[in-house]
Amino acid sequence: MAGNTEPLPPRAKLAVTAGKAAAAVSRVAGRGSGSVIGGKVSLRLDPDLLARLARHLDVILVSATNGKTTTTRLIAEALRASGPVVSNALGANMPAGITSALAGGSDARYGVIEVDEKYLAGVARDTTPKAIALLNLSRDQLDRAAETRMLAEKWREGLAGTKATIIANADDPLIVWAASSSPNVVWVAAGQEWKDDAWSCPSCGGVLQRPGDDWGCADCGFRRPHATWALNGDYVLDPQGSAWPIHLQLPGRANKANAATSAAVAATFGVPPQVALERMYAVQAIAGRYDVVTFLDRQLRLLLAKNPAGWLETFSLIDPPPTPVILSVNARGADGTDTSWLWDVDYTRLAGHPIMVIGDRKLDLAVRLEVAGLDFRVCENTDEAVRMAPPGRIEVIANYTAFQDLRRRVGN
Amino acid sequence: MSQNSLRLVWVYPDLLSTYGDQGNALVVERRARQRHLNVSRVDVRSDQPIPTSGDIYLIGGGEDRPQRLAAERLRRDGGINRAVSNGAIVFSVCAGYQILGHEFVNDLGQREQGLGLLDVISTRGEGERCVGDVLGDIDDRLGLPPLTGFENHQGVTHMGPTARPFARVRLGKGNGTGDGTEGAWNDTVFGTYMHGPVLARNPQIADLLLKLALDVNALPPVDDRWYEALRSERTAAATQTA
Ligand SMILES: [Zn+2]
Repeated sequence: MAGNTEPLPPRAKLAVTAGKAAAAVSRVAGRGSGSVIGGKVSLRLDPDLLARLARHLDVILVSATNGKTTTTRLIAEALRASGPVVSNALGANMPAGITSALAGGSDARYGVIEVDEKYLAGVARDTTPKAIALLNLSRDQLDRAAETRMLAEKWREGLAGTKATIIANADDPLIVWAASSSPNVVWVAAGQEWKDDAWSCPSCGGVLQRPGDDWGCADCGFRRPHATWALNGDYVLDPQGSAWPIHLQLPGRANKANAATSAAVAATFGVPPQVALERMYAVQAIAGRYDVVTFLDRQLRLLLAKNPAGWLETFSLIDPPPTPVILSVNARGADGTDTSWLWDVDYTRLAGHPIMVIGDRKLDLAVRLEVAGLDFRVCENTDEAVRMAPPGRIEVIANYTAFQDLRRRVGN
Repeated sequence: MSQNSLRLVWVYPDLLSTYGDQGNALVVERRARQRHLNVSRVDVRSDQPIPTSGDIYLIGGGEDRPQRLAAERLRRDGGINRAVSNGAIVFSVCAGYQILGHEFVNDLGQREQGLGLLDVISTRGEGERCVGDVLGDIDDRLGLPPLTGFENHQGVTHMGPTARPFARVRLGKGNGTGDGTEGAWNDTVFGTYMHGPVLARNPQIADLLLKLALDVNALPPVDDRWYEALRSERTAAATQTA
């Protein structure tokens, strides 16, 4: 049984207090929640603070290119059946933000932590996790050139010999490569629509054969492992072969996959799938994502898609034509400044929808859609785009800073 | 090439399609169809033979290990060299550009042999990665408007005596040699560091490839409104950040 039974040493206490003070100052100054600045102050005073805070918790880490914030929420909700949870629910997923989040949960038993892909190995070393959930890896922010396979390789090295139970997606070859150096892996057949980052064998560079849902390398024998958990339509199959229905407020196949993985994580802590999945229903919009907002008499569903794999999953969950779609793309620092990735997204999937285009890089989108042979309207701003559509549902898909702009405008 | 039909070959999407350069194939295909050409596009995976009967071959950028694997497989295959000797057009970007030269430095830090279709040699730069919008002037002999693109590479590419730089940069790094050159070309083989993708930013280059493949001097015009709007915006953006 974890929980903060041992007191923190004085230096660590001071660091936590100083961090909270800095966070409060930052909040008052109007610079957001202050969790990152607070965490930075704390870590400067006590570099081992993250490790000290984590020592009192059963830590679960969650990392992926897409779905890590949602999955962190789903796991946290499921584990609350078994004890109090502290989590970086706002998505501050680098060491400072994680430290700050854990410092706020002195009576928690579980620490459910979303971790940025680049920091996973380090955070795993510092926090001695009991479980690590690995969902998917794909191209993201091309201008930063974090090669996807290199990331998988770093995970593989960082997680080799870990004592944690790894709960990993058997359908993503890069995830399997990253996880299979670990002694204790629970494989989940969670699916992966996007396949274009894993045609090349992560082990030997051979060409992967991908018949149906299976995959494997003919050159070296690296292949899809047998999964004991699976997403099957609207059900999670557990290792005993029982099928448990998924009821989520969150839409889409990808969130069902996140729920399946979360159920497998919860089971390793003794929470039965039925209990875990029922609790997941409580998770609603996450930082505005999937939220439906009424604006100018239309119902806007706000969808965040940051990279080609994310756009692909998003296209599969939107209402069919003639539901109008607004697309918004920026290329500020947090988005990645190279918009070339738009050409890896198959926009022909939007054929039949009225399409409105906004955002800093609406002209890149316009050329992309024109080459895809689609009809579209380029609009100056959100209001103009919304007015183009008749009253009713509008699907709004935006990348990271475009999504923040959108939330500010529609008052969500 | 047969009358009014065009065979487009997109080389190794499994290895060299990481930076959106697939857009180059989409743009060429689209602009050919808008001219009522009968286009077939073949995507050739790296475990398949390269067809030698293509009219235009497009090769994209990729990460360091896939680049080495692609060079090994293309050398072994020999199809692109045969196609070029049959008169095919090749347009390559970034990692693909380096592969068309005599040699480049691979992910293991070793010199890797290329296809020798461009008289260039690439090494890895010591300094920072070249990342950002680029503005340049394309070789006069090609009669094209200014070049706009996005670069994201660490390569340095040196021109050999028979290579011609594809462009001179006004803003940006290009070949990374400090002499302002960007890319290289000979009669039918082109290489550039520009992403964006480059043919979406410069549809006139796509048309040049079509004209070379069709052996014509002009093509019917198409609606370039959005391309032109994007070109103006990116040109202004490159000028402002400089
Ligand atoms: Zn292999």
